[in-house]
Amino acid sequence: MIKSYKARRIISNTVIYIILAVLGLIWISPLVYLVLHSFRAEGLATVPYLIPREYSFQNYIDLFVNTGTLNFPRWYLNTFIVACCACVISTLSVLMVSYAFSRLRFKSRKKFINVGMILGMFPGFMTMIAIYYLLKAMGLSQTLVALVICYSAGAGLGFQISKGFFDTIPRALDEAATVDGATKNQIFWKIILPMSKPIVVYTVLTSFIGPWTDFILCKLIMGDKRDNYTVAIGLQLMTSLEFKSDYFKQFLAGSVLVAVPITLLFLKMQKYYVEGVTAGGVKG
Amino acid sequence: MKYIDYKQLNPFQKFAYNFTKFFKLLPGRVASFFKAIGRFFVRLFTGIGKGVANYVTRFIKGDFAVRLSYLIFGFGNLAKGQIIKGILFFLSEVAYVFFMVFFGWGNLSKFGTLGTEASREMEVDGFTQTVFGDNSMLILLYSVVTIAVTALVLVIYIANTKSAAKLQQLKSEGKHIMTFKEEMKDFLDGKFHVTMLSLPVVLISVFTIMPLVFMILIAFTNFNKQHMPPGTLFTWVGFENFADLVSVTSGGKRGVTFIELTKWTIVWAIFATFTNYILGMIVALMINKKGIKLKALWRTLFVITIAVPQFVSLLMMNQMLQVNGAINVLLSEITGTEVAIQFLNSTPLMARVTVIVINCWVGIPYTILSASGILMNIPADLYESARIDGAGPVKQFTKITLPYMLFVTAPSLITQFVGNINNFNVIYLLTGGGPSTEQFYQAGYTDILVTWLFKLTMSQQDYDLAAAIGILVFIVCATLSLIVFNMSKSAKDEEAFS
Repeated sequence: MIKSYKARRIISNTVIYIILAVLGLIWISPLVYLVLHSFRAEGLATVPYLIPREYSFQNYIDLFVNTGTLNFPRWYLNTFIVACCACVISTLSVLMVSYAFSRLRFKSRKKFINVGMILGMFPGFMTMIAIYYLLKAMGLSQTLVALVICYSAGAGLGFQISKGFFDTIPRALDEAATVDGATKNQIFWKIILPMSKPIVVYTVLTSFIGPWTDFILCKLIMGDKRDNYTVAIGLQLMTSLEFKSDYFKQFLAGSVLVAVPITLLFLKMQKYYVEGVTAGGVKG
Repeated sequence: MKYIDYKQLNPFQKFAYNFTKFFKLLPGRVASFFKAIGRFFVRLFTGIGKGVANYVTRFIKGDFAVRLSYLIFGFGNLAKGQIIKGILFFLSEVAYVFFMVFFGWGNLSKFGTLGTEASREMEVDGFTQTVFGDNSMLILLYSVVTIAVTALVLVIYIANTKSAAKLQQLKSEGKHIMTFKEEMKDFLDGKFHVTMLSLPVVLISVFTIMPLVFMILIAFTNFNKQHMPPGTLFTWVGFENFADLVSVTSGGKRGVTFIELTKWTIVWAIFATFTNYILGMIVALMINKKGIKLKALWRTLFVITIAVPQFVSLLMMNQMLQVNGAINVLLSEITGTEVAIQFLNSTPLMARVTVIVINCWVGIPYTILSASGILMNIPADLYESARIDGAGPVKQFTKITLPYMLFVTAPSLITQFVGNINNFNVIYLLTGGGPSTEQFYQAGYTDILVTWLFKLTMSQQDYDLAAAIGILVFIVCATLSLIVFNMSKSAKDEEAFS
């Protein structure tokens, strides 16, 4: 009896191992394909076999040397600058809003929270056209400043997760500090913020990654001004019919260069991501 | 049904029970939703009434300085010695007057017609000159800005009268009147919320609320390719755009397109949500099964695909699915014959199935990530006591794991559904809406409403239609989100698992 139970368990576990291995292969193979072919030396856009025959760094070198038509280093730098600026502003916004909603008590606080939630339900790019004209009226269209504004202006609406975090810090701490004569400003900077490292890291990383992955807004704002593109639309341009045959391998190389840092940041963030998602799920 | 009866049902009966209950209660919920809207307006108007009453009583009870502050901002503060605050109030009034005289009024007065004179070419002394007329778009935009500024100044104005009345009261009671420095200090303590919220509120008002108002107004105009200022003007058309979208009889392609795309959007959202949820849950359960080793490795294998930016993986997938792409190459090598399947550009069904399958690749890791967290959070003592009571693995699964997962993830399912209705990336980057067709107005078979909206704005400049679609999508999404909000609220009240 015990033996058969054990045997059954071994069989079921082997089946699961096999399924997981197959699924894992399916999931990881496009990425392996991406990396392998970014080092492919021969052929143009596509080759009629799966594993490249010769490897070289030529695609990566081309990416940084052949900047005449498509200037990848410039796009990379653009994205980095935009991401840094947007990151600072959005992190501040999110932390300020969520702290105020979570730990300060003032008139019409509930109303503010509800309005924030309803605004968050509009499809984000419904306002794109209006933002486009607003930026044009300000004389900012097709500039990086416009991108920074777009990525960070609405950030305050994403207060839910960090509000959930602040909600868990005991209020007794605030009360003790108030008794000791601290102002609310001091409580925020000296007591709550040092305790909130996980959520600060989470917010910083999400808002830094945002501009690297956004596609729609940037495409709308930049139009045909290729010098101010970010990597997302730049790489999409490389796969367009006009450039595909010459630039496809460079597209692969560029994708690797974008994906590697983002992946590393994300894996660092994953711990906080899981915490945030589950906390949000349970609290609703 | 009594609580004890409910507890004895199995999870599927419970689910069916809740499902029917949900739909039975739906009319009541909708009714109460409208009642709540009604109550909101009643409260709003009583609030305004009270505000006006207070405004008048402040004037009647006020002394000379308070009454003058109703005309000249900050006079009350100046009279009671709050020089800097008084001057700031006064400056805001002066700035507003200048703003209205030189900018605001000119635009606001044309708001009703959105301009009457288009720019045109004119012969002057043998030269062709452009005579600049009105620009409907700018009139509309600047009118919205003017209204926003006016609302802001109104708030300042009310604050000014309140402050004047309060100073009068403080003075008559012989209390200390705060200096400017003290008031500034108060912003770091008593009024800290003002300091914290002002910057985000300003940013959100300018770059979210104002554009939103602008777009909602656009939906009621005929701003499109035929009416492109400054050459031609556009004007108000009422609900014509919405009527365009729902009418199939008047021979317009737009109505047909809207209805067909709505159907596909719903089908897409249902399939995308449930395939991801169910399959992701199964994989997560396999990874978290007792006795499976290298859990972290398996999880990372899937999660790493989330980390790669979506546009990279989707553009990559798009290339792999081409006729000479990697998938066809792989199939050729396996079968030993030349395989050239048109995944994305042949039949609508093929393209749609491909999109849903690829979406599994994109979405399942997200489910695994959140499900693993939840599975790890199930209290271990539940399983322990179940084992002691003699429950086998199957029983443990149906009695503990499944109900727990359903309980925790039910709200997030609807959130995902809403997310999929708005899932722009997968559709746009993978198929670009194709295969294209003449039957639809500027859309292909895999286009969902939001990608259609994007195409209409980007390449067709049918802003009016796009705005109307945006509003309709919003109404659906907001209704669903509000239902979730209510559900999670009730879930919190029950506290069944905490």
